[in-house]
Amino acid sequence: MPPVSGTTPLVSHAMSDRRKLVEVRDLKMYFPINSGILRRHTGDVKAVDGVSFDIYEGETLGIVGESGCGKSTCGRAVLRLYDITAGTIKIDGVEIGTKSQHALRKMRPTMQMVFQDPQACLNPRMTVAGIIGEPLDEHTKMSKAEKLDRIYELMDAVGLNRSFANRYPHAFSGGQRQRIGIARALALNPKFIICDEPIAALDVSIQAQVVNLLEELQDRLGLTYMFISHDLSMVRHIADRVAVMYLGKIVELAPRDVLYNAPLHPYTEALLSAVPDPDPAIEARVQRIILKGDVPSPSNPPKGCNFCTRCPKVMDICREIDPEFRELEPGRFVACHLHNTAGSTGAPRNEHNQQGEDA
Amino acid sequence: MPEIGQSVLQVQDLKTVFSTRAGDIHAVNSVSFSLQPGELLGVVGESGSGKSVTMMSLIGLLPMPPAEVRAGTVQFGGRDLLKLEQKQLQALRGRDIGFVFQDPMTSLNPVFTVGFQIMEPLRKHMGMDKSAARRRAVDLLELVGIPDAERRLRDFPHQFSGGMRQRVMIAIALACDPKVLIADEPTTALDVTIQAQILELVKDLRQKLGMSIIWITHDLGVIAGIADRVMVMYGGQVVEYGPVREVFANPAHPYTRALMTTVPSVRGERAPKLNVIEGQPPMLSQHPTACPFRARCTHAFERCARENPARYTVLEGHDAACFWDHTTGEPRNV
Repeated sequence: MPPVSGTTPLVSHAMSDRRKLVEVRDLKMYFPINSGILRRHTGDVKAVDGVSFDIYEGETLGIVGESGCGKSTCGRAVLRLYDITAGTIKIDGVEIGTKSQHALRKMRPTMQMVFQDPQACLNPRMTVAGIIGEPLDEHTKMSKAEKLDRIYELMDAVGLNRSFANRYPHAFSGGQRQRIGIARALALNPKFIICDEPIAALDVSIQAQVVNLLEELQDRLGLTYMFISHDLSMVRHIADRVAVMYLGKIVELAPRDVLYNAPLHPYTEALLSAVPDPDPAIEARVQRIILKGDVPSPSNPPKGCNFCTRCPKVMDICREIDPEFRELEPGRFVACHLHNTAGSTGAPRNEHNQQGEDA
Repeated sequence: MPEIGQSVLQVQDLKTVFSTRAGDIHAVNSVSFSLQPGELLGVVGESGSGKSVTMMSLIGLLPMPPAEVRAGTVQFGGRDLLKLEQKQLQALRGRDIGFVFQDPMTSLNPVFTVGFQIMEPLRKHMGMDKSAARRRAVDLLELVGIPDAERRLRDFPHQFSGGMRQRVMIAIALACDPKVLIADEPTTALDVTIQAQILELVKDLRQKLGMSIIWITHDLGVIAGIADRVMVMYGGQVVEYGPVREVFANPAHPYTRALMTTVPSVRGERAPKLNVIEGQPPMLSQHPTACPFRARCTHAFERCARENPARYTVLEGHDAACFWDHTTGEPRNV
């Protein structure tokens, strides 16, 4: 498609000018497995196993993958809701990978999260005003009247009627509850919001409302999003760049249009081809790649490439050596041996450059 | 209105009401449809639109009380299912009508082996002895694509992954060669690559076995891929019904039309902004006297608030419950 090839260099050019808000390098999050009578440490669930990515100011990075691939853990680890196993996380120029939880608390206003289940993430015993106002109690010294003004302002921003301020969460529908969660995340004027499957629990007609709200707020307030979802079509709509995860690793990271139109990694290809299309005419034409089998366990990943057990294009080398996550062309990263031979001279240099920049 | 031919299943004016402390909930209102031999009927709707309750009412799976089927007939094999005794229904369920539920995690019994659960309907309904049932169970597991079936019969549900458990559920539902298979959101809890596997399997099984299938989902993409006909439900009513290509090409009801534009696609053009259906689905606290969609409809006019539209024929075999005519953009002259 002409418009796509035309925009690709523009996007990467603009990206290099923009400031990196979030820089994640080689992030690892292992959960220990203890077994036996002595609860000895016998292994690890490698939920996130060495991911690196940047998020530029004002953009939306979509993270997609199947359940259990580590996308939610990755999001939570980036906000340091876990104590990470290894790696560095820089948000707004500050390294937070090793900070104590106490020191992190002061930084929380810049980074917020919208959770998946709008039912579970709101305290049923607090009123809407209480929920939205809680971050203000914690981090600011506003007077009661100022706080109420701010709460009303936030409720207007997310499209909730002010007169509902004293109601409890149970009185709201799923979509409205998600709006309360978004208002709470916005309360402290954050720069960076992680949306962890914010629309997964909502009905189709309500999903569009929430996605449009998130986009509107981004335009108005200049927010940066990390949008975690398993819904590939919604991510295509909202994200500027998309990272595809499989078994704890990012297998491909590229600007949205090139990723959806010409995926490089066989897993991305299979994933995209598996999405059913709401048009019988297209549906009849689509060539499906049906993957065999299931995702291996993250506590015992296969030798070599994580995807080698299900990959339709598997080669001998894939079962031996884990492919490097390298930049094939500017802004386009992929971890696959298929693309090593073609760019073997150029790719390592790019990889080196990228490492050099953040040192 | 659905034609009356030699359909396998014929539902007329089904009406189900739940009595709760807060008053009655009219979950299903005058639903009529028919199922032809060998066809796959897709049922789409949002949560609370009554799609699952309709199908569960058919075969008496709802707890009564609080549920009550107040009116309607369900013709199946020359009998009205709503008039059958509990015993007769038990003989029918699992043998003539198979059911696959949404959540493969909770619909299998964790304390029995998968083999036992597949063999149970075979021994009960088909009167097979243990070894015959076991042979059939192995065949079934192979049919739904579970490798090493012989050994897997001895495994418990927790030893299977989500996709594999859903395959086991399908195997159980298929055990007695049912005439009708009702699948209630069978792929909603699964990942897309696993969903693609299950959809391929169902297409394949339809060719081999030729049964009729009712497939409930909220995913229009799934419907587009596998269904022959589609029934769109909203507020406990059927708002549109017709052949799948016809309905997707010329949706007549404003709800169907809006639904199709709110769903983004991974292929084709990317819209800069998503279309939105404003507002919330209706509360079903009383019997509908007006169109349930009028508050969210962009074409509503005063008649929509006065009476509930009947299902008008748009084309042969395609109908929509709406006073607004999408071909002229004017109120319908009825």
